[in-house]
Amino acid sequence: MSMRVPDPSRLRPYGDRLGDGVVQLSFTLPLPRSSATVAAARRYAEKMGIRDPYVTLAEAIAPDFTFFIVYGKSTHEVDATLPVAEEAADTALTREQIDAEIERRFHRRLVVLGCALESDAHTVGLDAIFNPKGFAGDSGLERYQGLDARNLGAQVSVEHLVRLARDAHADAILVSATVTQNEIHIRHLTDLVDMLEAERLRDAIVLVAGGARVDHALAKELGYDAGFGPGTSPSRVAAFLLEELSRRIAASAREAR
Amino acid sequence: MLPKLGLSEDSVRRCRSLARDVADGVRRETELFTTVSTERSVLRLLGVEGVDSEEVPIANRAVEALAAAQKLARGVAVWLGSALAAGDADPQRAAQRMTDLREASAIREHPRWREALSPFVESALARIRDNRKERERRIAGHAPEELPLLYAIVATGNIYEDIVQAEAAARAGAQCIAVIRSTAQSLLDYVPFGATTAGFGGTFATQENFRLMRRALDALEEELGRYVRLVNYCSGLCMPEIAAMGALERLDLMLNDALYGILFRDINPLRTLVDQNFSRRINAAAGVVINTGEDNYLTTADAVEEAPAVLASQFLNERLALDAGLERWQIGLGHAFEIDPGLEDGLLFELAQAQMAREIFPDCPLKYMPPTKHMTGNVFRGYQQNALFALTSVATGQSIHLLGMLTEALHTPLLQDRWLSIDQARAIRKNARHLAEEIEFRPNGRIIARAREVLEGAERILERIARAGLFQALADGVFAQTSRPRDRGRGAEGVLRRAEDYSNPFLEVWAGQAAGAAR
Repeated sequence: MSMRVPDPSRLRPYGDRLGDGVVQLSFTLPLPRSSATVAAARRYAEKMGIRDPYVTLAEAIAPDFTFFIVYGKSTHEVDATLPVAEEAADTALTREQIDAEIERRFHRRLVVLGCALESDAHTVGLDAIFNPKGFAGDSGLERYQGLDARNLGAQVSVEHLVRLARDAHADAILVSATVTQNEIHIRHLTDLVDMLEAERLRDAIVLVAGGARVDHALAKELGYDAGFGPGTSPSRVAAFLLEELSRRIAASAREAR
Repeated sequence: MLPKLGLSEDSVRRCRSLARDVADGVRRETELFTTVSTERSVLRLLGVEGVDSEEVPIANRAVEALAAAQKLARGVAVWLGSALAAGDADPQRAAQRMTDLREASAIREHPRWREALSPFVESALARIRDNRKERERRIAGHAPEELPLLYAIVATGNIYEDIVQAEAAARAGAQCIAVIRSTAQSLLDYVPFGATTAGFGGTFATQENFRLMRRALDALEEELGRYVRLVNYCSGLCMPEIAAMGALERLDLMLNDALYGILFRDINPLRTLVDQNFSRRINAAAGVVINTGEDNYLTTADAVEEAPAVLASQFLNERLALDAGLERWQIGLGHAFEIDPGLEDGLLFELAQAQMAREIFPDCPLKYMPPTKHMTGNVFRGYQQNALFALTSVATGQSIHLLGMLTEALHTPLLQDRWLSIDQARAIRKNARHLAEEIEFRPNGRIIARAREVLEGAERILERIARAGLFQALADGVFAQTSRPRDRGRGAEGVLRRAEDYSNPFLEVWAGQAAGAAR
């Protein structure tokens, strides 16, 4: 018996042997529990490309709703060799290294403002990045010697933020965006870009978005310099700010020559 | 439940006495003031409803006009009573007329304003009393409830969709239904009007939305053989107005923290502390159980380090609530299961904290909040944390259990998320039914040592606050590492000094407070 090797260009999920395509999923159908509803759930899984769907739970979770857990074998394959969306540059530097580099390259503290915009009242992610305690053992931005990091909290209006950024000569703005209903976070994120541009501040400021459902591609599309998803450590953000601001200084020095 | 932690009774007594000093200081400072929101609440209690053509509530317009006419320091009741004595048929019409600045400026104090207002004050008090009696009657009609009460949240933004979700949750076993407010509402200086179908991260608290949800939950009572409690959020710039609306529409629980808005929403300290008092007076009369917000200290900072701050805040919330006329059975003190699940013996610390709160506040219905901070998107790990949370809740005799969602931090709960959570909590509550009676803790063991350490820490924090006074402590950033100076923050412009002959007829009834600014 020989070990088979996965073919990344024709990949399937792995359950307990290569290529079996086993997936687990759960969903609710808005119908009372009945044999017809269970059959519909099975057919629905089949339509998703799942062979031999095994309905392991069909629970009436409300009079008109049935909750399903389904296991099955996906018939789909995926090419895992395709190029991936760009991610924000990831430099592994410690806080001490970043502080030392800021001192060496800038000879001053970098001003970093952070907040959640307008109706967004969620601060868990923002606090994890800013509070000295940080996240998973990685100190927050407020602990950096080289950063003048100001956590403005939640529900900050775009107008107020832009005014503060101008008054404080901010080097960077970090916006924490939590997805709520109706894609409202997208509107607030773009409002900020528009207003910074209108005030001719956009080029002077590194603009970063973060949040549970934010990624680099989305942030770039909205006109931000970078986007960071869940689990991002403060040092990763700080390293990005360092590199991006250094790059800009180098670029403007080239222009000046 | 017999005490198991051997906590120092002297320490607990000392904490209560320090909290009393702090609360006395708060009362001396706040009773000189009223706020626009407190005055609007008086109008709402008197039955003033509705909005003008620009969607601005009549209560706001009338209070604004009286303030502009330099009359508000006497209290809105004086002028409303005078308008009634001069011939207006009811408070609605009188308030409507006062929205006009010329009318508000022209109105004179009528010598019989009290007599004219009195029937409307009486009828508001009667409605609140009747609602309270009706709740008691409905609850008494069923078998005693299983504890902890399971508390589910709905947050669709649309009150009609909320009703669908609330009915499903109640049928699955939820005993309290909270309609989360739209995220920006705490900072609105008015209460929106009518049934609403669009909100962000929640549904606007309006009197009509309260009425619709109340009716839907009452309609389930016969089918389920139990009363389903309705919860809303009595916080933010309209704290006492929401209390008034809740009292009129028979809400059962209200989130109502004395300091939350100051610390986490940057609302002016004076405004909040004046408003919390009147809102709690209303809740006291309405028989509402308030829930305090100590969980927030834990979500915004390290849960192990902040444990003493939670206990200190519980002592303060208890005292301020008692001073506002609430009885202990109405004071749902908050805390949360938020310690990093990767921490060695973290579960022991959670047990220590929960058991300690139970022993120090034996007559208060403790409100226990689920893990949110260390929920990662690994829904299986999340479900496991929620199971430990539910077990801790049962093992320490918590009273109100806010259901944790396995998809916390991912999206507003799906119908199935909520069902899974209710199913889990019910199973654990039954499976571990008498665990609390069976557990004792090892003398001088880790759990007991931790509880003692937290109590000592709380005593030190309270000493510091008592020395400085609450307002100075807030400015010094004693809580949540946030500095909140007395005269800064949102809504500061809505605070005004009471005139010597200020009157608020509801305060006079509930607090036995004579007219006038200070005692």
